[in-house]
Amino acid sequence: MSRLEVLLAFAVAIGGFNALAAESPPGPNLGSPVSATELARFIAIPQSGAGLPHGRGEVAQGKAIYSARCAACHGEHLEGVKETGGVALIGGRGTLASAKPVKTVESYWPYATTIFDYVRRAMPFNAPGSLTDEEVYAVTAYILASGHVIPEDAVLDEVSLPRIDMPNRQGFYRDPRPK
Amino acid sequence: MSSAEDCDCKEGMFPRKPLSRRGLLFAAGSTAGAIAAGLPGRASAENTPPPGAALYEVATDPTKEPGRAIGLDGGYGTRSQFETAVRIVPSGSNPYTTFSLTPLASLVGNITPSGLHYERHHAGVPTIDPARHSLVVHGLVETAKRFTMEDIKRMPSVTRKHFIECSGNTNSEWAGPKGKTVQFTHGLLSTSEWTGVHFSIFARQVGLKAEGLWVLAEGSDGAVMTRSIPIEKVLRDALIAYGQNGEALRPEQGYPLRLVLPGYEGNTHIKWLQSLQVSDVPFMSREETSKYTDLMPDGRAWQFVFEMDAKSVITFPSGEMRLPGPGYYEIRGLAWAGRGRVARVEVSTDGGRTWTLAELEGTPEPICTVRFKLPWLWDGKPATLLSRCQDETGYIQPTREKLVAERGLNAYYHYNGIQSWSVAADGSVANVAA
Repeated sequence: MSRLEVLLAFAVAIGGFNALAAESPPGPNLGSPVSATELARFIAIPQSGAGLPHGRGEVAQGKAIYSARCAACHGEHLEGVKETGGVALIGGRGTLASAKPVKTVESYWPYATTIFDYVRRAMPFNAPGSLTDEEVYAVTAYILASGHVIPEDAVLDEVSLPRIDMPNRQGFYRDPRPK
Repeated sequence: MSSAEDCDCKEGMFPRKPLSRRGLLFAAGSTAGAIAAGLPGRASAENTPPPGAALYEVATDPTKEPGRAIGLDGGYGTRSQFETAVRIVPSGSNPYTTFSLTPLASLVGNITPSGLHYERHHAGVPTIDPARHSLVVHGLVETAKRFTMEDIKRMPSVTRKHFIECSGNTNSEWAGPKGKTVQFTHGLLSTSEWTGVHFSIFARQVGLKAEGLWVLAEGSDGAVMTRSIPIEKVLRDALIAYGQNGEALRPEQGYPLRLVLPGYEGNTHIKWLQSLQVSDVPFMSREETSKYTDLMPDGRAWQFVFEMDAKSVITFPSGEMRLPGPGYYEIRGLAWAGRGRVARVEVSTDGGRTWTLAELEGTPEPICTVRFKLPWLWDGKPATLLSRCQDETGYIQPTREKLVAERGLNAYYHYNGIQSWSVAADGSVANVAA
């Protein structure tokens, strides 16, 4: 065996060894298991209502909470306040196909569960996450009753909220552009 | 769009008043950026340094005395006191939910300096201690886990250059030319080198269940912002990123951890990332129903409009500049594509009658901007400059008319029409239809 052949054989052996090692590289196994209690803070509510907390809220109660916590930005009549950036929450039905569409909870939002989820996590703007679950149910009820989506005597809870048929429920479809 | 000024759906995405018209001069050493931003120009630079700069005495002849000592900057450098380009924030908007625009006309090369990366926040910029920050991966997984920043930095890392573009970028142009400058019309676009860990590395450590089809990403800002992302996307190329342009993410870009979803609309790249929840369905969060959906003429809306289609814009010459006279110029711009590489860019100097292939600077990277250039001898007569981009899928950047014919005037998001700039006989450049 020439010196070159020896070197080549050696190189092949090394290469083979490396190829074997490459088939099962070490992977990290990091992170620590999280308890159900810890996971409770990550509540996100899909349209089915899965994960909605216990509790209930009525329109009248929601009106009082709205006046105290929401009206400064969204207006006394849920009409929106331009200066604060607080959007209108009601109105606009029938405008979506017009030259000047008005997109509100009443006219545009397809799922009532989204209102609960969003208010619970991100509102009021100056103190997000500060409303109790009952208060969130109540404010959601007030907004929807003001938009004539549910009656004034409606009570919202984990069963009734996902069943609300929003006016624009059928208004969305998947982006049709080529994938 | 006609309803742009009074429609609440704009929610901070549109200035209440158009940016005031201020002349931009094209001349060496001009203080164009400062003028555009309403900052003190050179005349008052003795008193106040531009943002990101420190003031030093200017030597009469820098070859006749030593410069300043090393280390006076405390160990982290500043830019020259003569450089004044800044992000601008539209006036009259809520400062916690508005956006800031990258000064594209002032940039060179392909990377956006971290301090000039565009911003869009939904509840301001949180200040987060990385020692107390973690990412929880849970939902339809075998073992829900919490990963500390230390854990994440131990994992196999990758570094990729990608642009991020807000889906609202250029939405001023749906109803026709409106934005005065390229910063205003296209400044919700920035490119960084991102460093982080592929989502697939996390997936192996928690064990994905087969029924998991979506992942809800959640930020730890005051909006606790959420977006549902298809699992095939996050498994293909999602980065859990902690690095930007060679250092840690800037707070405005999600420090200490953000999601990077190459080619997807900017708002899906959740900043200050704290949770990834695997699910069988999308969550229909506020940001994927009431916002970031594209209203069509029939009153229905596109939903989950993720990819940012191919687009380009000429950054020089561009709106509110003034060419000093006929002669040689290098037309320069940026092209980008959310579905792959930029394949080619063509430039027209005659309003779209004839097109010339522009030179691309280097080999375009996947889902990244690339700079294009074309030498131009201006004869001093009125000219109209356009650029159009084609990506590697064969898709060609459309005209505004084509977009409007397909989507109407109220889609608001995902405008990628061909941009035109007119050059008048006096050299002034303006945003006009070709």
